[in-house]
This record gives sequence, structure tokens and C-alpha cells, in this order.
Amino acid sequence: MNKAGLSYYDIVIIGGGPAGLAAAISAKESGADSILVLERDRELGGILNQCIHNGFGLHTFKEELTGPEYAARFISRFHELGIDCRLNTMVLDLKAEAPSGDEGSSNGCIKTITYSSRSEGLVQITAGAVILAMGCRERPRGALNTPGYRPAGIYTAGTAQRLVNIEGCMPGRRVVILGSGDIGLIMARRMTLEGAKVLAVAEVMPYSGGLKRNIVQCLDDYGIPLLLSHTVTEIKGKERVEAVVISEVDENRRPVPGTEKEYECDTLLLSVGLLPENELSRGAGVGISPVTSGPVVSESLETSVPGVFACGNVLHVHDLVDYVSEEAAAAGKRAAEYIKGGASAGSDTPCVPVKTGNGVRYTVPSYIHPDKAGERITLRFRVGDVYRDCAICVYLNDSRIARKKARILAPGEMQEVILSGDELRSFPDLTEIKVCIEAN
Amino acid sequence: METRNLTCINCPMGCQLTVVTDGGEVVSVTGNTCPRGEIYARKEVTHPTRIVTSTVSVSGGVIPVVSVKTASDIPKESIQAVMDAVSGVCVNAPVSIGDVLLENIAGTGAALVATKNVAAKQL
Ligand SMILES: Cc1cc2nc3c(=O)[nH]c(=O)nc-3n(C[C@H](O)[C@H](O)[C@H](O)COP(=O)(O)OP(=O)(O)OC[C@H]3O[C@@H](n4cnc5c(N)ncnc54)[C@H](O)[C@@H]3O)c2cc1C
Ligand code: SF4
Repeated sequence: MNKAGLSYYDIVIIGGGPAGLAAAISAKESGADSILVLERDRELGGILNQCIHNGFGLHTFKEELTGPEYAARFISRFHELGIDCRLNTMVLDLKAEAPSGDEGSSNGCIKTITYSSRSEGLVQITAGAVILAMGCRERPRGALNTPGYRPAGIYTAGTAQRLVNIEGCMPGRRVVILGSGDIGLIMARRMTLEGAKVLAVAEVMPYSGGLKRNIVQCLDDYGIPLLLSHTVTEIKGKERVEAVVISEVDENRRPVPGTEKEYECDTLLLSVGLLPENELSRGAGVGISPVTSGPVVSESLETSVPGVFACGNVLHVHDLVDYVSEEAAAAGKRAAEYIKGGASAGSDTPCVPVKTGNGVRYTVPSYIHPDKAGERITLRFRVGDVYRDCAICVYLNDSRIARKKARILAPGEMQEVILSGDELRSFPDLTEIKVCIEAN
Repeated sequence: METRNLTCINCPMGCQLTVVTDGGEVVSVTGNTCPRGEIYARKEVTHPTRIVTSTVSVSGGVIPVVSVKTASDIPKESIQAVMDAVSGVCVNAPVSIGDVLLENIAGTGAALVATKNVAAKQL
């Protein structure tokens, strides 16, 4: 308890998905003791609970697990360590300051978290450090501006996934999917196996946004056509979807007149991208990257607000949960160190920006304090286009220090390069780190 | 000699594999990052298999369905037969990860196992 009578935790983690779980476990293993995880769902595990397909954890556990099985491994470790969590608890607000009436608090970096739960009502608690692990949500239909009525039968692919895999009900029988994101591809197979007819997956870009393996396993295996450079231009039906019209698009993504084709269907699934869920982060004054829609972070995965860390899909959209767990473990460790070092953990040494060169859309982290880089730093990034037979290059100032050949790089697959902490620290007058794609 | 390009589906890396065969015999596999890629490529050109994941009904549980998988991979051509068998299964809560819900599903030799814990609903 602090002066205002509110409970205090060293570390509060918002979100109990794979990111929140791994962050909590790692913070605990790094010596932090008072940790609380807040999760709005009725169980831990996040989106993994509805991802019943296999393909999770090969890199972490050297075996192939389904989503719920992968989550269960972390959940049992979490309980073994005796970490506290509150379920059915929705965080409504985060402030990077002590609650009013507690301004005199000796520690200048208290954060205030407001949540609501059915059992406790509206509650305020305080924390020394906060880890953001809220994941992401799907882009809704509003972002699409397809004309026509808004009949029943239009779902985001993730909602359909939850309906089928958790609630046990099928949203429809004849299905068209707009967007080739992974959830859409996974749902094309899932609905086919449950007896629905999936007529086509239309993708406005000339390449798929999903993993190659999902195209092979979910579409090719079942003969479902993937229409690249196509989009839905009309939705027919007033009460319920009756048909959708799909048209080809030109290189500017504008529909080409005369290419319209009508597909009779009762359901349209949207898999048009994911957006990190950062309303809380914004409210706390955390700086957000316009490219990732996630917080701008340092090598410590610390946001622009000292003591507020971010990991997992809330930071940038990941395709592999293994990397979510790895990133979150790093965030948990850094948060534990922050608590141990108090406010003095802030670095006074200059920070070096990570610039994005040719082909690279963003990097996480986006700046590095070499003295805090430890042994090594993993830089994760995505490319903006498909590149074949190329090389991922890293420059310190003007000298190239790494060149990694790649047969193919695609926007749907996150890439990483590892920087040595010693190399960064020993480089004279380091002012800029740059990652770019070069021809091989 | 025949060349086939495949995408390895054993993990989300999705390595691009090139398989050269001669009269049904695999001559070479390239493009794989780990040994599983080569095993997959050899199998995919001779007898392709898949792990099937789905859900089955649960009675008396906190949620109405539990997720399941075939404990080992099954021949690709048996997927529909496995799904038909899965749709007939109904189990009572509680269910734990790893519980065998059906042995030798659709004659494939593989067991159907639960992949999620579903607690019984408190009355
Ligand atoms: C359909 C789909 C298929 C995928 N397939 C694969 C695959 O085959 N292999 C693979 O390795 N990876 C896969 N992934 C990726 C991987 O599952 C995700 O990257 C990972 O789950 C992200 O973890 P997270 O903890 O950041 O987010 P989430 O799992 O989304 O967890 C965030 C949690 O925060 C909670 N939360 C959010 N806001 C609040 C709030 N205000 N208060 C309290 N709680 C809150 C949410 O309820 C949720 O439980 C897939 C992802 C999806 C969506
Ligand atoms: S070859 Fe290995 S690393 Fe590459 S996709 Fe297959 S299993 Fe994954």
C-alpha cells in the first residue's frame, strides 16, 4: 500500500497472452518479486486459445504444438512460480504518474493503473514498472470502404475463428475471404474441414500477407484459389450476404472495370491486417510509431515513458509466437532490472538511432544505448516488398559490419539480425546504425 | 530426372525446397534449413501426410468444444475420413491436454488427443 491507500506492485503486466506470460516469468526469474498480470479474458493464453492449428513452438521447444498447448506450457510455469494474475479484468487507463493525493510519494516514477472487473468493480493500483502486452486486434470492416449495405454474414477472420474453435458454431456455408493474412488462410482450411465451401481468397496486393506454409497447407491442399491483385468491389444482399463481386485491381490497387466476377455466398471473412492495440499506451503518453502503430522502443524495449515497457503484438505484429516469447522475456528482464536500479536506471550515455535503409519498413528497437546493449541485441524488422536473392546489410555509421544473404524476403515474414554489444560499444563515434536490403 | 519445388510446412519458416527425383527415387533435396526439411521433402514426393487439428463437443464443460489433434501425422488422402470420425466424437468435461479421445482414428493408426484443458462447469 502507498500513501493513497492503493495496492502497489513492482511490475504490472497488462495482458496475459504469450507476451504477458513470458514477460512475467522472466521478470520473476530475474529477481522481481511483486508482479501482477491483468487479463480481460476468462483465461490466460491470449489469442493462442483460439489458434487450435499446429505449428507453434518449433524454435522454442523443438516440437510442433498447437496454440493452446504452447500457451499451457507457459501457464504452468507461471503458476509454478506463484505469480499473481487477475482474470476477467479489463484495464481502462494507464497514467505515468502517481494517483492524485499521492504527489508527495518519494518515488517519482510511479504509474497508476485503473481497471474494472465484475468481482472488484472499478479499482486503481500503482506500479513501479508497467509492461504493455495487450496484443493486437483485427482491422474492422470500416477500414475497407466497400460499398453496399451492411448485411449479416460479414466477420473478421479472427471472430470467425473464435466462433468455430471456442464457441463451437459455424458462421456460414459458402464463404469468400478478403485478404490473405494468416488468420484468413487458417480459417479457409478450418471452414473447409467443417464442411463449408470456400470459394476464393482475394488479395489486393500482388503477394500474400500470410506465411508461405499457410498458403500451401490451407489453400493448395484443398484447391482453394488465391486471387492476387483482386479485391471485393461489391457486397450483395440486404439482410444476409447473398453474393460478393470480386474484381481485378491495377498496379495502383484500383479495380479494373470489366473484370467483375460474382460469387454466390452467405459469408464474407475479412483478413485485412492486424493493428497493435495501443489506446492505453497513448493515454499514458507513450510515443507511437506511425509505421508499426506500436510504441517506439529502445534496446531495453522501454517506451518513451521511463519504466513502461512493451512486447509482443502490441509492439509490432509478429507471425511467430516463438519470437513473441523471446522478445517478452527480454522485456521482463529489463523491467526487473529497472525496478532494482530505480529511476537511476535511465541511461545518460548518448543513444544511437536505428535507421531504416532501402527496403526496410521499420526496426524494433528503433534506438540503442550501446552501454545498455548487453552481450547482443536482436533487431527485428519487416521489408516493404518481396526481395529475391538479396542480402540484409547492417551499417555502423558508413561501414558495413554485416551482410546476410537471403533467398527470399517477404513482407509477411519478420526478419531479424543480431548485433554484438561489444561491437557497438567499441565503434568510434557511433552516431547511426542502419539496416537495409542490397542486391546480392 | 525430375525437379519439384516445394515449400516446407514443418515450421513457419517455410523454406523453399528443391527435390530432384529419378524414377520415383529421391536424388537430392536442397534449400532446407534443418533436417526436418529433407525428411518432409522425401515424404511429400512419395507419400504426403498431415497432422489434422479440429474440435470436438464437450458436455458439461466451461466451453462447448475442446480442441484436438491427431497425435501423429496421417496420410493426406485420409483427412476427410478423419474429419468425419472427429465430428462423431463427444466427450465429458473435464478434459486435459493429452487425453486420448479416440484410438486409431479412421484406421490411420493415429490417436485423437485433446490439446486444451477444459474444466467442468460448476453447477
Ligand atoms: C490466427 C492467428 C494464427 C497464428 N498462427 C501462428 C502459428 O501458426 N505459429 C506461430 O508461431 N504463431 C502464430 N500466430 C502468432 C502468435 O499467436 C501471436 O503473435 C501471439 O499470440 C501474440 O501474443 P501477444 O501476447 O502479444 O498477444 P495476444 O495473444 O493477443 O494477447 C494479448 C492479451 O492481452 C489481453 N488484453 C488486451 N487489452 C487488455 C486490457 N485493456 N486489459 C486486460 N487485458 C487486455 C487480451 O485479452 C489478450 O489475452 C498466429 C496469430 C494469429 C492471430
Ligand atoms: S527446413 Fe526446417 S527450418 Fe525450414 S521450414 Fe522446414 S522445418 Fe522449418
